[in-house]
Amino acid sequence: MSPADTLRFAGRAAFAYPLRTALMVLAMAIGVAAVVVLTALGDGARRYVVGEFASLGANLVIVLPGRNETGGVNAGSFITNTPRDLTLADASALLRAPLVSRIAPLSVGNSEIAVGGRLRETMVLGTTSDYIDVRHLALAEGRFLPQESLGHASAVAVIGGTLRRELFGNEAAVGRMIRVGDTRLRVVGVMAASGQGLGFNTDELVIVPVATAQAMFNTNTLFRIMVEVRGRDALVPAQRQMEDILRSRREGELDVTLITQDAVLGTFDRILGALTLAVAGIAAISLAVAGILVMNVMLVAVTQRTGEIGLLKALGATGGDIRRAFLVEAALLSLAGALAGYGLGQLGAWGIRLAYPVLPAWPPDWAVAAGLGTALFTGLLFGVLPARRAARLDPVQALAKR
Amino acid sequence: MAQIELAGIDRSFTVGDSRVHALSALSLAIEAGEYVAIMGPSGSGKSTLLNLLGLLDRPDAGHYRLEGRDVTTLSADEQAAVRRSRIGFVFQSFHLVPRLSAAENIALPLTLAGIAPPERERRVARALRDFGLEERARHRPDELSGGQRQRVAIARATIMQPALLLADEPTGNLDRHTGEEVTQLLEALNAAGTTLIVVTHDPAMGRRARRQLMMEDGRLKSDSRRQAGPADESHTAPGSAP
Ligand SMILES: Nc1ncnc2c1ncn2[C@@H]1O[C@H](COP(=O)(O)OP(=O)(O)OP(=O)(O)O)[C@@H](O)[C@H]1O
Ligand SMILES: [Mg+2]
Repeated sequence: MSPADTLRFAGRAAFAYPLRTALMVLAMAIGVAAVVVLTALGDGARRYVVGEFASLGANLVIVLPGRNETGGVNAGSFITNTPRDLTLADASALLRAPLVSRIAPLSVGNSEIAVGGRLRETMVLGTTSDYIDVRHLALAEGRFLPQESLGHASAVAVIGGTLRRELFGNEAAVGRMIRVGDTRLRVVGVMAASGQGLGFNTDELVIVPVATAQAMFNTNTLFRIMVEVRGRDALVPAQRQMEDILRSRREGELDVTLITQDAVLGTFDRILGALTLAVAGIAAISLAVAGILVMNVMLVAVTQRTGEIGLLKALGATGGDIRRAFLVEAALLSLAGALAGYGLGQLGAWGIRLAYPVLPAWPPDWAVAAGLGTALFTGLLFGVLPARRAARLDPVQALAKR
Repeated sequence: MAQIELAGIDRSFTVGDSRVHALSALSLAIEAGEYVAIMGPSGSGKSTLLNLLGLLDRPDAGHYRLEGRDVTTLSADEQAAVRRSRIGFVFQSFHLVPRLSAAENIALPLTLAGIAPPERERRVARALRDFGLEERARHRPDELSGGQRQRVAIARATIMQPALLLADEPTGNLDRHTGEEVTQLLEALNAAGTTLIVVTHDPAMGRRARRQLMMEDGRLKSDSRRQAGPADESHTAPGSAP
């Protein structure tokens, strides 16, 4: 029997039992759809987090107070149980490292912002003029914070786009006075829309000089220090220089953590990649279940069509002809299921993207290929046993059965 | 050399602890173009003999030579090839594939033999014409009468122009009149040269054959020949010359 005829014969057989075929295609489709949707979700989460950190820039080091490494028990942990805070003095000391090009100390807090009668709760970020360059942000109007010494608390502010709209509407914002907490500040600029990044939404932020923020919140500590080093290759040596400086400033004990984008990205990439794989594995189990269903359905088909198999043998079909016909039928059913599942899965992923626009829930190519491949493979694998059983039927007994 | 030569054929089945000898020490020769009726009581081994002749079953002992070739030693695939090209089967219960149309059922042996679609269509069209089934070509078996179904089955059995036509009670599921039509059809094919071997319970039908084999307990009880009779004059039914 020619391949084209085998295909046609198997196709006719599959269509002859619509309910059975539909149920099996559905089971296979659910398996494939599960792979597509769940990997889309997992990979979407990974891409979301990676995207968040990728916006940092590759030659950035973040310094935060406290040693939060694994196995973080060292001599210092016994002397002081609360780590020493980061201060502006630490920040300016870091500028002495030859491989450090720019720094942006960060001090954050929540406060009330008022313009005329309008009042709103907002997040205040104290930093320096270099922040805009370190974070690769852009201005929509006016200027950013002035270039001045770290300790200088000038009464200026740069506001985010959302705040500008809510507080000033169509009126000009630059040059206007606002009140943040008890402090009166002059708006010198408005940030361009940039959305979420590193936990802050720049669009809803009030940015002030770091000394102004510290005075406002009555503190002399820093939340973080962002350090830009001279190029990607300088990342490791710069980190060492910074550690030396900080260690000498705190009696030989390094109770700060330095993180780089690469390290963060690598960690998240690994964790979420593993998560996606695990989820794909779980979904693959449903494919295996679908495969067993294929086998069951095909075994029933062999029993149902015993008389027909006997007839085909009487007409001169070889065992190979019959084995191929049943195998192709199983493959066709799996293929239909895989394609339906692929469509269903893409639909599901689209639904997720619609519901959670921030999540780039696209199924990764490898998952789609693996899902379709596994479906076909399990279909064929579990189709082999029924096909062989059909091929081995004794023609006389098969013909005797009606 | 006879077309069919059976020598010392034994075939037994194990049922529970006992062995049933369906055929024992059977020897038989049938010439090409013969018209043979196999008769005998139920369980005498008629179907078993026909299955052996059709290479659907293998003997436990003895030899079967078909057209001078010992076919008992052939592999399963080689036997399938012989069935495909030399042997046609007609069954009591028709054995049509329910999801395929009459034309597609007739085309099955051609499909299995890998004959190209244009040639297939040509031959099926001719068979439909020869067997008066043109109007029913696209009908599925459940839309056909018993007589039409058996005509489709006979068309299918002869589409490869086999040398040997085996029929196991071909009229068993048909009424008297339709059975007569089907018998005439088979006889016309025999008249055109095909060897015809029919298993039947109907003495009237058995009498029409030129040679009668009487079976009993797996043995040949009698083997009688009749010279020209009424069966030889009934070539009026449509049929194709092989
Ligand atoms: N597959 C089998 N397993 C066991 N016994 C069998 C099998 N096939 C046939 N037999 C036995 O062999 C003997 C001959 O059977 P066979 O079918 O050839 O009879 P038959 O002459 O065709 O009978 P009928 O006229 O009823 O069709 C019977 O006793 C039957 O029970
Ligand atoms: Mg019988």
